[in-house]
Formats: sequence, structure tokens, C-alpha cells
Amino acid sequence: MATYRDVGIVLRTHKLGETDRIVTMLTRGRGKVRAVAKGVRRTKSRFGARLEPGMIVDLQCYEGRSLDTVTQAEMLAPYGEQLVRDYGAFTAATAMLETAERLSEEHEAVPQQFNLLAGALASLAHREHRPELVLDSYLLRSVSIAGWAPSFVDCAGCGAAGPHRAFNLASGGAVCYSCRTPGSAAPHQETFVLLAALLTGDWTVADASDDTARREGSGLVSAYVQWHLERGVRSLRLVDRSSSHLETTR
Amino acid sequence: MYEGVVQDLIDELGRLPGVGPKSAQRIAFHLLQADPADVRRLTEVLTVVREKVRFCERCFNVAEDTECRICLDVKRDQSFLCVVEEPKDVVAIERTREFRGRYHVLGGAISPIDGIGPDDLKITELVRRLGEEPIEEVILATNPNLNGEATATYLSRLLRTMGLRVTRLASGLPVGGDLEYADEVTLGRAFEGRRVVDA
Ligand SMILES: [Zn+2]
Ligand SMILES: [Zn+2]
Repeated sequence: MATYRDVGIVLRTHKLGETDRIVTMLTRGRGKVRAVAKGVRRTKSRFGARLEPGMIVDLQCYEGRSLDTVTQAEMLAPYGEQLVRDYGAFTAATAMLETAERLSEEHEAVPQQFNLLAGALASLAHREHRPELVLDSYLLRSVSIAGWAPSFVDCAGCGAAGPHRAFNLASGGAVCYSCRTPGSAAPHQETFVLLAALLTGDWTVADASDDTARREGSGLVSAYVQWHLERGVRSLRLVDRSSSHLETTR
Repeated sequence: MYEGVVQDLIDELGRLPGVGPKSAQRIAFHLLQADPADVRRLTEVLTVVREKVRFCERCFNVAEDTECRICLDVKRDQSFLCVVEEPKDVVAIERTREFRGRYHVLGGAISPIDGIGPDDLKITELVRRLGEEPIEEVILATNPNLNGEATATYLSRLLRTMGLRVTRLASGLPVGGDLEYADEVTLGRAFEGRRVVDA
């Protein structure tokens, strides 16, 4: 039987039979992988917590007809364990993991998506920025890698130089006066500035943003992601934003 | 595919947790070949279980009356409340004989990826009990895996303002597993060594 080795981020797990789990991972080398972890629900399992969501592992599997089987998993980064102590960070991480699952395909490696997710989890775990900002930045950048890059400055319709006042989901972001259609939103200018910063990773600007812009920005980002992903991302609804008063390390 | 009713049986069995299509087929043919008296007993138990067994109105453990036998037991210490995910966790903890308080069964753990948030669990009911009963310590005994830990984090944040002791089972419990598979000794030790949560 063919075996392989890869680095994987655990996205989610499903119970299987009495004590097994099916573990869905985003790997660096082969995209999404679904593999069986045998006996992992036993408290004496040799896998321990390594195959829990949010963990990054050095992975050894053998290929099966429909599902692979995990034979070894060495912990590279226990982000899941670090995130779970902050409920806001946990729910933000879960929404990222679900989005990553939805945006990835089996046997289709997208190293940029892998690196983006690993970086975002590390940032959440190290409390570098507020969880909801890390989440929104991740969402904007992951859908961009998937081919749906929004524009928050120049007009998403005709490219006319911004800033503009209207925002339209279907057009892909900011729209100029002549491209705007009925039903376009008119967010605050600070919100456009924040979204542009989150998309490019300008954390000085993002960290300095105010609550109004963050709230409005999160709403637009969620709507944008749901617009592009059929069936939506379920865990986005359950992201906890009440812990945002917590201090971050920077 | 099999004929009508046999396939129906396989389909129904296949909907049970942990039963794949192959096991469903195996169980179906076992039942077809079994002694009719055995099958009749199984049918009766299934019917009775749906009719008679319900959930305790106080703690949501399985019960044969409006309240379960633990809630009805006057010898249990009302100042300790152990919060678990499922009724099977009550069974696991009872086996240790370490705990003499009462329980509160949440009906699962927070799992946003499955669409399960705090509002889908018996958390409002828990808070109400804390206001009505003479509870001094809440022991969070959710599973030592990510969703169980997240549920404990959420609850400790919620309960910390209520002026009671909130504790979590000792981290001696290996992370990643299900509480129900912990042996009595390990689980008993985890109870003894429980620590106050500093949310
Ligand atoms: Zn335009
Ligand atoms: Zn009860």
C-alpha cells in the first residue's frame, strides 16, 4: 500500500464507529485529505490531542480506496490547545477552519492557502490582534486566493480610482457612482479603510480601527464570503465577538 | 439492493450512529435469522424505551419519571453540580463512586462547525438552576477534546460572575479522547485533582 508524508492542519473531525474518527486536514502537498485515525477517541490513544482541530502535524498516512489512514502524527504546533482557552479566538479559528475546508479540494495542493491558514492560526494563538480582525483578514485573503479578490479602493466594476462611497457584493466591493446599482450598501469611509488594510495585511491601520468600522466590516466580509460559497459557512454565525475588549499583546 | 422491507431495515439500521452500510447489512441478516423470541424482545424494549424513558426535567439525564433517580435521591449532596455533555458521561462518572453531588447534562458540546452554539445546549437551564438551588461548586466535566474544552471555557466565562466555585477535571485526563472511555481510576483521580478555573 502506498504511504506518504506531509504537513497537515486539522480542519475538523467526525466520529467513526466506536472509537475512531475521520480527520479532515489541509495538507501542504496534497490539498484536502480525509483520513481515518484509528482508536483516537480512546483516552489512551497514541495520537493524544494531535488530531484535534487547529493542530498542525507532521503526518504519515497510507492511501486507501476512499479514505486514507493515519499511521503517525507528530505535533508541530498545538494551536488548537492554545486557542481553546479564549472563546472568541476559538470561534474565530473554527470559522477559518470551516472556510478552508470549503475552499480546498482533494488532490489539489494550494500552498498559499496552507500558509495563510497556518499564519492566521499562529496569530490567533499568540494573541497578536483581536480575533475578529484576524478572522476577517483571513476570510478576505483566502477568498482572494480562491479567485474572488474584492476591491475596497478602486471601483470593482470599472476600475475608476477610489475612494468610492458604495459597496456592492455582486460587483466585488467598492463601486463608483456610475457603477453602483440599487441595493448597494453605503458603509462608513473608515470601514473601507479597515477592509483594505485587512486585505493587504496592514496591521497598524487595522489595529487602530474603531468598533463601528469593525462591526460594519465584519458584516460585509461575512456577506461577501457567504455570497461566494454556496450553502454558506455555518460557524460564521457563531463567532463570539463579545471578548473583543480583551487586551492583545501588541 | 434488497427487496422492499429488507432494504428498509438496512436503511434504518444504517442511520444509527457508528453503523456503516456493511454493518447495517450484517445486523439485518442477523435479525432475519435470529430466534423470533429474541427479535420480539428487542422490539418490545425499543417500544418501551421510547414510551417510558424521557429526560429528567431538572438535569436532562435519562429518567423514567419527571426527574431522574439521582435528582430524586435525597442523600446526594446538593452543593456540588457536575456538568457533562451526555447521559453516558453520567454513567462513566457514577462508576468511579468519587462524586456524590448532582449532574447537569448539556446535551452535547459547542461545535460551531456543526452549527451547534451555546443556545443549542441546556445552558439557560443550567443558569436557572444555579439561581434556584444551593449550589456552591460547579464541576465542568465536558470531554477533554477541543469542543469539550471550548464549552468549558465558555461556561467558566459565563459563570465566573455568579460567586461560586467553578472547577475543571484535572488535566491528568489525556486530551483528545472521550470521557466515556476513561477508566474508573483515571477519571476518579481527575475528580480528586480538579482545579479552580481562573477564567
Ligand atoms: Zn465604476
Ligand atoms: Zn436529574
